[in-house]
Amino acid sequence: MKSFKQHTGLVAPLDRANVDTDQIIPKQFLKRIERTGFGEFLFYDWRYLPDGTLNSNFILNHPRYQGASILVAAKNFGCGSSREHAPWALAEYGFRVIIAPSFADIFANNCFKNGMLPTTLPGPTVLEIMQRTQENEGYKLTVDLEAQTIADEIGLSTTFRVSEFQRYCLLEGLDDIGLTLTHEEAISAYEASRK
Amino acid sequence: MTLFDKLWAAHLVREAQGEPTLLYIDLHLIHEVTSPQAFDGLRQAGRTVRRPDLTFGTADHNVPTTDRSLPIADAIAARQIETLRKNCREFGIQLFDINSSEQGIVHVIGPELGLTQPGITIVCGDSHTSTHGAFGALAFGIGTSEVEHVLATQCLPQNKPRTMKVQTVGQLPEGVTAKDLALGIIGKIGTDGATGYVIEYAGEAVRGLSMEGRMTLCNMSIEAGARAGMIAPDQTTFEYMRGRKFAPQGDAWDAAVNYWKTLGSDHDAVFDNVVEINASALEPFVTWGTSPGMVVPVTSYVPDPADAKTAGDRQAAQRALEYMALTPRTNIQDITIDRAFIGSCTNARLEDLRAAARVVKGYHISSSVSALVVPGSYNVKQAAEREGLDRIFSDAGFEWREPGCSMCLGMNPDILQPGERCASTSNRNFEGRQGRGGRTHLVSPMMAAAAAIKGHFTDIRNWEFK
Ligand code: SF4
Repeated sequence: MKSFKQHTGLVAPLDRANVDTDQIIPKQFLKRIERTGFGEFLFYDWRYLPDGTLNSNFILNHPRYQGASILVAAKNFGCGSSREHAPWALAEYGFRVIIAPSFADIFANNCFKNGMLPTTLPGPTVLEIMQRTQENEGYKLTVDLEAQTIADEIGLSTTFRVSEFQRYCLLEGLDDIGLTLTHEEAISAYEASRK
Repeated sequence: MTLFDKLWAAHLVREAQGEPTLLYIDLHLIHEVTSPQAFDGLRQAGRTVRRPDLTFGTADHNVPTTDRSLPIADAIAARQIETLRKNCREFGIQLFDINSSEQGIVHVIGPELGLTQPGITIVCGDSHTSTHGAFGALAFGIGTSEVEHVLATQCLPQNKPRTMKVQTVGQLPEGVTAKDLALGIIGKIGTDGATGYVIEYAGEAVRGLSMEGRMTLCNMSIEAGARAGMIAPDQTTFEYMRGRKFAPQGDAWDAAVNYWKTLGSDHDAVFDNVVEINASALEPFVTWGTSPGMVVPVTSYVPDPADAKTAGDRQAAQRALEYMALTPRTNIQDITIDRAFIGSCTNARLEDLRAAARVVKGYHISSSVSALVVPGSYNVKQAAEREGLDRIFSDAGFEWREPGCSMCLGMNPDILQPGERCASTSNRNFEGRQGRGGRTHLVSPMMAAAAAIKGHFTDIRNWEFK
């Protein structure tokens, strides 16, 4: 697993609730058998017009958000399909951190597995961050997983929580399958007990 | 203890302070879309599949629903299916391939074959794995990295979810189905109302449902954000299971039933949250927006965003109405449709097709509608054909197709064209779900059939059956 310690980056606001994984990466792009090649199709129906040209109205296409690596969105981000292609697409596009008031379970899990940090903040803080992205061109945040803090350079500073274990895995970039395999004895014992 | 607590306790492999619990997985279902990268990961790490005997595959998501003797026209889809075949062969996993008489949507065939059983843990790289909870199994969807994890270890590290009981009061009225109950619950608690929870459905209305209905209900749990949905097994469950291919037989069957009978939540079981639903007051539902929680009874009208409680809800409603091309306060029954889709793991089992056929019998679909029936599996298709349901549908102008996910997600050629409006028995009305620019209204099979015939939504409770 890719590790995540600290990240400073440009913030892009996506002021929509219930952004589902069908929007993040539409089905016609799920036929690939690799883990790569999804970034260019991220938010496809929103980023591109039906004729395939760039939709200049979509927020990620605005010049000021080019190179953004932190996405801030409204509640229940990543709901719907369990497709891990969604975090793959977000990560390949360049996002390292997603901030929202809440995330769908499977999506949040999938993010951790890909070295991307889903950060839950209270609704008003999320709104405040969105506002700041609009008021300050080039608005950046620094997310520190070790300290579990988020801060900008103009006075916003707050904390977030992820579970101890997930924090540890992400900081170390641990291979969690390898970790489970170290419990081989327990697994075999369990299997034997059920025969 | 709750049903969930009992299953959790029975599957603990390892517990340690500050770490997620290692949970044993009894059944792992895989399909072509979310598994190839997991197998690649295994190979890269030099690992193998720990329990191929507990792993089963099928191709369902991107398969064409037209003539299966022809090669698949979409080369990339064909490669994905071929990859599944190769992976199953390499690791010794049983595959219900597209020409197998047991192929079908993964959540339809698991129960049908008796693989899905009370008391077991089931995972699949698909969010609607919650379907299998109808049997009193703990079943949940996972991502591809977790698919790899289960392939390699047959275990999954999990944080214990909280429990929610959805207690129904009274019976569902005539014409109101499990689908309407599911939509009613989501409408009440919201699409994130059960995030972090495992739901147990209980009460008279749930007991009164067939296994098919229970599967429909549990299927939609994920649409309320739930990790899983469960129903305690009872006589209805056992009768459904008896004699199925992979179900226990002989003495093992009796022992299994005795065990299954102990699984229900104890009378003094404590849930973290309880929601009450008056089932007898429910009506047939129709979604009007782009999220399953945007739902109203068929007798109602498209809501006005101005009435929304919060600014966020207002903005979401406005966006949804714009996408759906609907005007506030339009009567639901005045909304005309272009397409109807009867299918998906929510509503493509035999009982669903029977219910829809009963509505269709003696009628013809509206001249402005084209309509599709896609059975959930080959077994469903064959059983339906034995009863002559295919002829009822065909005579009425529906297309009768081969089994698969089809227009539920439109990964294969079955998609809506931009601007087309569809009455669909599937589970997601997200923007573009059934095809870019397509507009999806979620309904029950009877409601979809009736809408196809009338050309607009109509209240099934007033239907004249022929
Ligand atoms: S029918 Fe639809 S919801 Fe069900 S597994 Fe297939 S794509 Fe997913």
